[in-house]
Amino acid sequence: MKRDEIIYDHDHNHDGVDRRGFLKCMTWAGTGALCVMRGGVLSSYALGEASKKKMAGDLSFVQISDSHMGFNKPANPDVRATLQVALDRIDALATKPEFLIHTGDITHLSRPEQFDTVGQMLTGKDVFYVPGEHDNIDDNGKGYLDRFGKNTQGAGWYSFDKKGVHFIGLVNVVNLKAGGLGTLGPEQLEWLEKDVKHLSHSTPIVVFAHIPLWTVYQDWGWGTEDSGQALSYLKKFGSVTVLNGHIHQIMQKVEGNITFHTACSTAFPQPQPGAASGPGPMKVPPEQLRGLLGITDVNYVRGKHALAVIDSTLA
Amino acid sequence: MEKQTSRKSLASKAVVVTVFAATLITAARMHGAASREQSASPQEVKIDNFSFSTPELTVAAGTEVTWVNRDDIPHTVFSEDGSFHSKALDTDDKYTFKFAKPGTYHYFCSIHPKMTGEIIVK
Repeated sequence: MKRDEIIYDHDHNHDGVDRRGFLKCMTWAGTGALCVMRGGVLSSYALGEASKKKMAGDLSFVQISDSHMGFNKPANPDVRATLQVALDRIDALATKPEFLIHTGDITHLSRPEQFDTVGQMLTGKDVFYVPGEHDNIDDNGKGYLDRFGKNTQGAGWYSFDKKGVHFIGLVNVVNLKAGGLGTLGPEQLEWLEKDVKHLSHSTPIVVFAHIPLWTVYQDWGWGTEDSGQALSYLKKFGSVTVLNGHIHQIMQKVEGNITFHTACSTAFPQPQPGAASGPGPMKVPPEQLRGLLGITDVNYVRGKHALAVIDSTLA
Repeated sequence: MEKQTSRKSLASKAVVVTVFAATLITAARMHGAASREQSASPQEVKIDNFSFSTPELTVAAGTEVTWVNRDDIPHTVFSEDGSFHSKALDTDDKYTFKFAKPGTYHYFCSIHPKMTGEIIVK
């Protein structure tokens, strides 16, 4: 069954920040749902379309997220298989991505064998990672940093440039405080300010981090305490795209020059904000599961202010 | 000398505490609910669907509290003051801490910090 769901289209009560022209809408992956924001920059299409169509552009890359290697509960007893499906879909894209971004929760429990499994499955691909809170369990992030965080700063933040686009990987999953949301922390914020200071205003910026850098749902911790500070450093740029994971579903929002986008998990879906008593994994019939898991394909067209973000599902 | 005085003083305090405790127990017996909360028998806090089943639990000093994770997702039990913390608890893993001293102990899940709870030790 295919269906589109616009959950709500105006909601800025969660974070106390006054926003105009705020639009938050949500499409369920796997349903062929389309979410278009007029004057905005995001479009999402079903995988069928994305995989066959050659996309015009100077740069394309793919976002995957929340592979949760090691998870084996009823919501998805085989997360390795669904990650492999995502990788096969990526290999089948007509527009070959230059690299992959993994927005965290690579593993479920930060165990060495879980990191290594994902590392082996992604061998041969150019992957840029940021850690999720599940990659930072019991070892202060050492397992993650040793494997995927070489040449990064602090808990694993860094930036790089590809074809004129400036990419920034941020870490908002360490030193979390009781009752709080994700946190970037003063050291990282200071680094970020310096990192973008000398870039020209016309440089397209892509920021990626695990927990959303906008408040999706405060009650479930789906937001980042000090993201406002980080985003203030990015206000001068004409085009900023923020890619996050963590919430295991697609959400998009445009706010001024900034487009926010969350990706599906390759492992298991989570409920819509507030649609359940808690954000625990959604158990769906096996035949529906792959329709709720996915990858995100991003295509940058030089000279335009838009990054086209296409979410694809594993169905 | 000083030591002895101190001991004497402690001893008299102990008598007062014992009498007070006995009064409390009597009072607790008269109020069923209170006696259940303040029992020194081991207590359990379940973790499920990103929450602690008993976010506020009152126990008597010396009570062992065991957290058991019934969620599909790993969680931790971290005290805010650093006095106790578990490793990550996967599904069905348990963590036990004995609360020897009276006080209010705030704790949270360090992976999902929106999950908070407190143990009140009387």
